[in-house]
Amino acid sequence: MDKLIEIKDLRVDFALRAGTVQAVRDVSLTINKGERLGIVGESGAGKSVLGFSLINLISKPGKITGGEIIFNGHDISKYTYEQMREIRGHHISMIFQDPMMTLNPVLTIGTQMKETILAHMDVSEKEAEAICLDKLHKVYIPSPEKRLKQYPHEFSGGMRQRIVIAISLLTSPQLIIADEPTTALDVTIQAEIMDLLLELCETENMGLILITHDLAVVSEVTQRIAVLYAGKVVELGPAQEIISNPKHPYTKGLIAALPQMAGGKKRLNQIPGMMPSLLDMPKGCPFEPRCTVSLGKCKTEIPALACLDGGTQAACFMCEGGK
Amino acid sequence: MTAILEIRDVDKHFDISGSFIDQLRISHGKLNRKKTVVKAVNNITLDVQAGETLAVVGESGCGKSTLARTVMRLYRPNKGEILYKGERIDNLSSAKMRPYRTRMQMVFQDPYASLNPRMTVRQILEEPVRFHNPGLSRAEVHDKVAEVMTQVGVDPAWATNYPHEFSGGQRQRISIARALVVDPEFIAADEPIAALDVSIQAQILNLLMDAQEERGLTYLFISHDLSVVEHISNRVAVMYLGCVCELATAKELFSNPKHPYTQALLSAIPKLGGEAGNHIRLSGDVPTPINLPTGCVFHGRCPHADERCMREIPMQRTLDNGTIVACHGVEEGRI
Ligand SMILES: Nc1ncnc2c1ncn2[C@@H]1O[C@H](COP(=O)(O)OP(=O)(O)OP(=O)(O)O)[C@@H](O)[C@H]1O
Ligand SMILES: Nc1ncnc2c1ncn2[C@@H]1O[C@H](COP(=O)(O)OP(=O)(O)OP(=O)(O)O)[C@@H](O)[C@H]1O
Ligand code: SF4
Ligand SMILES: [Mg+2]
Ligand SMILES: [Mg+2]
Repeated sequence: MDKLIEIKDLRVDFALRAGTVQAVRDVSLTINKGERLGIVGESGAGKSVLGFSLINLISKPGKITGGEIIFNGHDISKYTYEQMREIRGHHISMIFQDPMMTLNPVLTIGTQMKETILAHMDVSEKEAEAICLDKLHKVYIPSPEKRLKQYPHEFSGGMRQRIVIAISLLTSPQLIIADEPTTALDVTIQAEIMDLLLELCETENMGLILITHDLAVVSEVTQRIAVLYAGKVVELGPAQEIISNPKHPYTKGLIAALPQMAGGKKRLNQIPGMMPSLLDMPKGCPFEPRCTVSLGKCKTEIPALACLDGGTQAACFMCEGGK
Repeated sequence: MTAILEIRDVDKHFDISGSFIDQLRISHGKLNRKKTVVKAVNNITLDVQAGETLAVVGESGCGKSTLARTVMRLYRPNKGEILYKGERIDNLSSAKMRPYRTRMQMVFQDPYASLNPRMTVRQILEEPVRFHNPGLSRAEVHDKVAEVMTQVGVDPAWATNYPHEFSGGQRQRISIARALVVDPEFIAADEPIAALDVSIQAQILNLLMDAQEERGLTYLFISHDLSVVEHISNRVAVMYLGCVCELATAKELFSNPKHPYTQALLSAIPKLGGEAGNHIRLSGDVPTPINLPTGCVFHGRCPHADERCMREIPMQRTLDNGTIVACHGVEEGRI
């Protein structure tokens, strides 16, 4: 299969006064053309920083301190801001949790959409408008001609997010990075947005990186899932396999903790403790302090991702041994 | 079973018209005074049985928090009655309400906002104990706090720390401890786990269930996480635009939803390992509670709405399986 983007040993650090936060630690991931990958993990695991780092939008003092991001044969991790603008305008789009990160509150959505088109494509004003209408139609905005003249505040949260998706489609990108695109929305609206994203990825053959903490959502939308814990990928594999046959103790714990996995019992299975502070990382496996099956070695050595059956990879000494 | 809490025909409306000047409008050449009212809770009737967990679900802005706050008498209802163990509490003065302030407690979504950042955990927990039990000695207060801290899984040795020194999950444990420390009978929990990670949510839910079992607590539990609701509640009330559209046991509601809104809501829940795309699509957006639709509040988005639905407000009816539904379509047997 054709590779769309290849992340190799990526490291992102935040140099703070209290010390260096290693938000992303040696992450390697490949996404093929038209493939949908989910990134899950708890708050602070590094999901957003990883997503932002792909298009050089990490907030200060964050910096890529190692690794490569190969996109269409070029290492874009070394690109200048100007070069990256080109990539963001044409090839990779980002959808944020808050649609107002993308939308300008004082411009009508028609003006905003046309600006984007005219900045990146050599078309007439009229053609630009036709493209806008077509994209709004694709995201199921009723009477788009009227809607073009309206301002963001005249739309509901779900509609705003659909408009952001329409904007991200304007330049026919090859990859969309969506960071918790429905977390602030109701379930009925969330379902609509997810159905829409899935449909568009399929019809336009777009790749998708879906960042979320909701395992059920990724399992419905993506083909592969990467589980992030304390800045590291601890498990990576086909979505169905991760859900039905998780290998890493953290993934196992995460899925077992869901109410639907309580198996008729009232008490839920819980993972003890919490994620370590990124300023004070354990020397060995980052999950060791919470792990119920750890070995002596787990305290001192960091396990690497290793291939297991079912097409899964997990970073765990127990999985390697018990394979 | 007896009802610990009875909510009867309760309305809670907020007047957001602003000052007298703000209210003036010119229409047809005349100066008029116009009030803008948010109809957050409309004619709700609901019993909470002693010892049960009654969950309230529904979309953002449908009035769940307002209902809980009205029950807790943080708001006064505009209409209707609220009875606690058979006694009306909706019209009590603050002084008369005081004994109920120990028996009824509330836990909020954001433990950060609800804990005073300038007080240590000990101060946060001792204050309500002293306030409600003036007769207790220092040592007794101290013991009480240590006991509750242990129960919620926060080491009493950390009592001298401040809220910001704890993680989100621990802070939520502390706010639960603050509710438990006065030995309440009833707790309204408004999205108590929404701000927490999945791996921490299970810890807090177990804590709530354990406390319920040990203390015979009754919960009014607000959550938008329907798989959590299915797991922990005995009965579920589904709200839409300030109205209860369906009330049923958790088992009936999730296996046999009756109201078209409940059906759409349940079909939208993402399923672990499920397939996207087979959700019931609702047309249109949720109307604002400022201009409530006529007839059934759901008619603008309902796939089964007809002319009667646009005109006549559906009444709550009890079906054979005990489910209470307010829907013309269900009543007429066409849904
Ligand atoms: N601007 C910043 N300054 C300092 N540290 C930061 C900054 N942004 C992120 N971090 C650190 O990077 C880590 C990863 O953050 P990130 O936002 O990627 O988490 P996340 O997995 O997206 O979490 P959430 O689910 O809460 O969105 C955090 O622990 C945080 O401490
Ligand atoms: N103090 C207030 N003043 C004016 N309007 C209010 C007030 N509190 C709530 N409202 C309005 O009442 C309606 C119901 O709000 P409420 O907070 O009860 O909803 P909710 O179901 O708890 O929503 P969420 O799931 O977002 O918490 C909303 O339209 C809200 O804007
Ligand atoms: S009363 Fe009518 S509009 Fe309301 S839910 Fe039932 S069928 Fe739909
Ligand atoms: Mg994030
Ligand atoms: Mg609320």
